[in-house]
Amino acid sequence: MIVVLPILTPLITALIGLIAWGNSRIQRLASVVGSAVGVVIAVILLLTVQENGIQVLYVGNWVAPFGITLVADLFSAIMVTITAFMGLMVAIYALVDIDKDLEVVGYHSLYQFLLVGVTGSFLTGDLFNLFVWFEIMLLSSFVMLTLMGKRAQIEGAVKYVIMNMLSSVIFLASIGLLYGVTGTVNMADLANRVSSAADQRLSLIISLAMLFTVAFGMKAAIFPLFSWLPASYHTPPTAITTIFGALLTKVGVYALIRVYTLIFNTPEIFNYAQIILLLAAGLTMVIGVFGAVAQYGFRRLLSFHIVSQIGYLIMGLAIFTVASLAGTIFYLVHVILAKSALFLVSGIVYRLTGTYDLKKLGGFYHNNMALSMLFFIPAIALAGIPPLSGFWAKFAIIKAGLEAGNYWIIGTGLFVSVFTLYSMIKIWTYAFMRKRPDAYQAPLNTIPASEARLLWIPTVVIGLATILMGIFAGPLFELSTAAAEQLMNTEMYITAVLGGTQ
Amino acid sequence: MNLLLAITVGFLYAAGIYMLLRRSFVKLILGLALLGHATNLLIFTIGGVERAAPPLIPYGEKVLSGDYANPLPQALVLTAIVIGLATSAFAIVLMRRAYVLVGTDDVDELVTTDK
Amino acid sequence: MISSLILRTATRYLFPIILLFALFALFRGHNEPGGGFVGGLLAASAFILYIFAFGIKRAKASLGVQPISLIGIGLSCAAGSALIAPLVTGQPFMTALWGETDIPSIGKLSTPLLFDIGVMFVVIGVILLIIFTLAEEDEKLNFLNQSD
Repeated sequence: MIVVLPILTPLITALIGLIAWGNSRIQRLASVVGSAVGVVIAVILLLTVQENGIQVLYVGNWVAPFGITLVADLFSAIMVTITAFMGLMVAIYALVDIDKDLEVVGYHSLYQFLLVGVTGSFLTGDLFNLFVWFEIMLLSSFVMLTLMGKRAQIEGAVKYVIMNMLSSVIFLASIGLLYGVTGTVNMADLANRVSSAADQRLSLIISLAMLFTVAFGMKAAIFPLFSWLPASYHTPPTAITTIFGALLTKVGVYALIRVYTLIFNTPEIFNYAQIILLLAAGLTMVIGVFGAVAQYGFRRLLSFHIVSQIGYLIMGLAIFTVASLAGTIFYLVHVILAKSALFLVSGIVYRLTGTYDLKKLGGFYHNNMALSMLFFIPAIALAGIPPLSGFWAKFAIIKAGLEAGNYWIIGTGLFVSVFTLYSMIKIWTYAFMRKRPDAYQAPLNTIPASEARLLWIPTVVIGLATILMGIFAGPLFELSTAAAEQLMNTEMYITAVLGGTQ
Repeated sequence: MNLLLAITVGFLYAAGIYMLLRRSFVKLILGLALLGHATNLLIFTIGGVERAAPPLIPYGEKVLSGDYANPLPQALVLTAIVIGLATSAFAIVLMRRAYVLVGTDDVDELVTTDK
Repeated sequence: MISSLILRTATRYLFPIILLFALFALFRGHNEPGGGFVGGLLAASAFILYIFAFGIKRAKASLGVQPISLIGIGLSCAAGSALIAPLVTGQPFMTALWGETDIPSIGKLSTPLLFDIGVMFVVIGVILLIIFTLAEEDEKLNFLNQSD
């Protein structure tokens, strides 16, 4: 039962919002309370999984592989927990950041439906069901992106919608073909059958693996399929950008890790995929960070950074050892926290100045020390300065890469790190250190104290979380190593799901 | 029958991809719709097309007897169709909105967010 | 909006019949083709007919609630039906529970029935939301064209 609760909580919250249509007080309250309950449930799930191993729920009492199965292993539970945490933080931030006219058209319900889709994707053990959760997530994100209906949002949304619809079609076709080859859509069952099917029809299975890579790669924004992301992510209100940047691409990465560790986890298939994944990872990192360096829009720069960070995650997957996957999981959590903190700061900067343009900003170091620190800490964490979380995350992946002998991708990763630091320094110099250009001198807007509190609490808490992740890197790393061991030991997953029927 | 369906699927994919490569927004959406239909038909075909009874348990009995068609591809296709309906409806509304705001149906004009 | 007398008179009689038929399709859906989805589409089509005959305003009034609330109610029914099993008997989420007594023309009361009713509400809500929005837009356009 605990496995389904993280999905049910945002669903029920969204339903309260739908039934109380037009009553934004109830919707706001439900959104925050529901998200808070979600955090508690997610933590309980994580502790349960940690203590008792992989949790499985046969929905409708139809045992696997016949019915839909929900599975929570450590990796899923970690992702669900960070989703719920981000969900709560952004829900609080959104109370101020989202205008009344967006609340009236059901923003809070959409937001909860988005969380339903994301959490469902993390928890499902069924490939077709994963497609359905993806679509729930995508449809809510489509609507959230276009809620304001201004020209910039619509233009961004066009690219976002078309690319994601295309990737859904490819995903669906690959599920269909895989079903044709193996006769099942249950992931644990697929794991068994794909490895035996690979003996006879290796090239077909490899093509399918590539189709899945393209489908998830589009959603994860890997090179060369990322162009929709920097075109659309900087257009909606900051709260929406933050939750998109924190979760949506990560669901694509999660799906990639899941299919490669569970379904296509045989040496013949993976050796073929590895070179492509490594190449994609390297190019994603480099192109993403170069794109970021060239930007002058605060959020647009950060959007390109999302792409660059995805490269690191794919690199961790492509190295494909327990150590590198442990690093990837750690990195996933780190990058969600650090990137969201930066986006939230950009939102506060916008509230104060009315612009995201770095050329028109400046002087925050002198007149708002606290805000500068809130930017500085996640920024250097992202660049990988010890002792913050980013250092340990990168260190783990790089060490794993050296052990596995993938020297040139490690070199690329380190090279990109330098540019990450450079682009962070760029924002730091432009928006914080230097004096504001005379042409744009204007008094800062004042934010009412009641609103300021709601904006600052999530920003500070996430900023603190990046510091704490650096300090408690040891225990957290043990957790992610345990999760990676579960991922690489597919037997555990398969017996947990199919154990009852074999 | 399988060959005919396979050719249809291939033709739909070809037409869909051709449409996707056009600059017109309307053709883009038609292309996506065609790709969606191609995929649905693909799943239907790949599940095995055969002559058999519908998988319904006759009144008063507990289990299926005799030859019956595989119900799973149909369930998958039905779900995919419903989801496809929702996404296409959204895409059409988006297209209309974009047309009103930008005044053209040429996707090459939608570049202000890339600058 | 002007529609013919024949359409309006016929709609008065057809409207309840279509709704009744929608219910019939819903309850039939247990063991035979039919079910909440089809029932919902039929019920929504009754309202669409109503729009043709009497216009969007009266159709909205005859529905009484906002379509979006119908979606909320429907999803709640579905979620509730899924929760009955774990809360009452401790079986997994979404397990189907069946009552003992056979009610004529409805069949056994069960959680799938509740789920199906939920589906029906969602379908009515979604279709009417789309149709109402389109019809209102149409009316706005007509109004603009006439004033030109």
